[in-house]
Amino acid sequence: MSTHTLSVRLENKPGALARVSQLFSRRGYNIQSLAVGPTERSDISRLTLRVDCSEHSLEQIEKQMHKLVNVLRVTELPTADSLERELALVTVSVAPDRRADLVALSQVAGAEVADVGRDAMTFEIVGRPDQIEAFEELVRPYGVRELVRTGRIGLRRPSRSSTPSERT
Amino acid sequence: MLGSDAILRALEQEGVDVAFGIPGGAILPTYDAIARGTSVRHVLARHEQGAGHMAEGYARASGKVGVAIATSGPGATNLVTAIADAWMDSTPTVFITGQVRSNLIGTDAFQEVDITGITMPIVKHSWLVQDVEELPSVMKAAFHVARTGRQGPVLIDVAKDVQEAELSFEYPDEVDLPGWKPPRKVHPRQLHAAAEAIAAAERPIIYAGGGVLNADACAELRALVDAAQLPAVVTLMGKGCLPDSHPLNYGAPGMHGSKFANWALNKADLVIAVGTRFDDRVTGKVSAFAPGAKVIHFDIDAAEVGKIRHADIPVVGPLKLALSQLAAEIHPPDHEPWLRQLEEWRRRFPFRYAKQDGVLKPQTAVEAVRDAVAELDTDVVWTTGVGQHQMWAMQYLVCDTPRSFITSGGLGTMGYGVPAAIGAKAARPDATVVCIDGDGCFQMTCQELATAALERLPIVTVVLNNGWLGMVRQWQEMFYDERFAQTHLTQAVPDYAQLAEAYGCAGFTVESEDQLEEAFAGAFSCGRSAVVDVRCDPEEKCFPMVPAGAAAVDVIEAPEEVAVR
Repeated sequence: MSTHTLSVRLENKPGALARVSQLFSRRGYNIQSLAVGPTERSDISRLTLRVDCSEHSLEQIEKQMHKLVNVLRVTELPTADSLERELALVTVSVAPDRRADLVALSQVAGAEVADVGRDAMTFEIVGRPDQIEAFEELVRPYGVRELVRTGRIGLRRPSRSSTPSERT
Repeated sequence: MLGSDAILRALEQEGVDVAFGIPGGAILPTYDAIARGTSVRHVLARHEQGAGHMAEGYARASGKVGVAIATSGPGATNLVTAIADAWMDSTPTVFITGQVRSNLIGTDAFQEVDITGITMPIVKHSWLVQDVEELPSVMKAAFHVARTGRQGPVLIDVAKDVQEAELSFEYPDEVDLPGWKPPRKVHPRQLHAAAEAIAAAERPIIYAGGGVLNADACAELRALVDAAQLPAVVTLMGKGCLPDSHPLNYGAPGMHGSKFANWALNKADLVIAVGTRFDDRVTGKVSAFAPGAKVIHFDIDAAEVGKIRHADIPVVGPLKLALSQLAAEIHPPDHEPWLRQLEEWRRRFPFRYAKQDGVLKPQTAVEAVRDAVAELDTDVVWTTGVGQHQMWAMQYLVCDTPRSFITSGGLGTMGYGVPAAIGAKAARPDATVVCIDGDGCFQMTCQELATAALERLPIVTVVLNNGWLGMVRQWQEMFYDERFAQTHLTQAVPDYAQLAEAYGCAGFTVESEDQLEEAFAGAFSCGRSAVVDVRCDPEEKCFPMVPAGAAAVDVIEAPEEVAVR
């Protein structure tokens, strides 16, 4: 078993996302994260999926997804050849007299202050998944009240891609 | 034109001559369009499941797309079993359901269900139509998706107000489906590798399935078999794709297949799988299936290749093309000893059962109806339900033409036989259509006898009435210490001959072997639908049998003392 990132170009039609997620549950594949959003074309969405499975299952997933009428293209994003980013919002408990420490710490980690409350602050951080995890660990001792991650999105690096660009 | 008329015009454009269904609230406008006139013959079923299986039987008998129509809510949910059945057996079908009005969708309105949601795992694709302008392109796309690539079911759910709305109808020539790209070609390098592997094989065996029928590639398969003298086993779903009486056809492998077919696969050094999916009912324990063989796998569906068994040489693409191109470059292998071995196994391990004085064996009835039908001067189409009778039909019927054996393989839907026979008769009115059924199966859909009688679609149903859910009983006897929980139906209730008469059909009752011939003669000459109630041995078990999960060579045979037939 290993974790793979799949990038899926999907027609932007009602039920299209449901068909993909239904296929995963039906065939017993486990999705670690799923991010979906618009692309350079308004009629196409892109899904970035993280799945934990064997090579054999990965091949099956790709083939089964290809059969969905709304799926235009499925590609695996190998870590070395891809850009992956994620956004997280983290609300941390902090007393007013310790705010300065926390802000300094967050700046080192590349996070920004998004909101300040009476006894808590919310940070936003954009980065590679490992940077997000590092920041989470960093602020954990203060007390993480709430945390939300978008799940990673990815693209193949043009500098590492053998084909000029992806087509639909 | 109204949306409802557009649905009918689209069906006509797609060459649909028969559709099966039942009207109801949300599909009423479309039935009103039927009343306004259409060349499509509508066959009124008595239950939507029946309509669905009729559409399947029609599709499997004709090779055309089957169509079933139902209303929203319960009408739609009653179709679900047939949709799942078509999905598992790759039967090209279009299911059309009415939906509540657009402004009511999502409000739990009367007879509203999310049928596109419910059926999502069991359709190739589905559409919920809420804009009448989309209707022509959706109809076009639905038929295209159902019949191209690996065939199967699609669903079109049409809101009632869409059926009532005006549009200017123009049926598109092209489909606009950028994500639907089934393979159209075969890789020449893969074909070349396949030809080389076949030429080098000592113990090759073709393992052909229902995909050969779907692909209309039976002639190509036969040409390949003849050109290279390749022996073949043919699955339940493939029965008829290569003539059963062809000398190189070794019949069905699997749980109730012959010992020689299972051994042929097990001892082969090359398995040439064609339009088949290594179903667990064929393979048994996968790790012990054809353990010494290389595998060439031909299929239109890339997802089937390597799903269960690694394919050493995958060949993805249309079978008709693949097999004809392969035949062109094939060199026969040097496999005389293997062919002699297969013949010896066939001689040593025939299907057999014990005959007992005064006991009517179900296999005898299957042989008798087979022989009775052989006397008739017509095409024959067989259908079955699911269970022991289905396996005996597989074992003892001889099907020498494609699309002459129609059964529920993947889903194993009890009750499939009678409606599938009606659909087959609608597709091929000149054929004699015979349903071999069990008493348990028959009672699940026998209301469709009314459809057969009133729509003048005469079929003959042979009920192998053992008074039990026979296959379940067999498992209880063999694997559950003879605890026969809830499997006894009794042979006397209902009286099937009387039931047949009540539905406007002819009824015959057979209680001993010597009554078989006369009953079948009566059934085939009565000019209307008939039911032959064959009261047979309740304890007869179906052999050989590979227990679920066991290796296919670890077969339980019929008891030793039986007479070899």
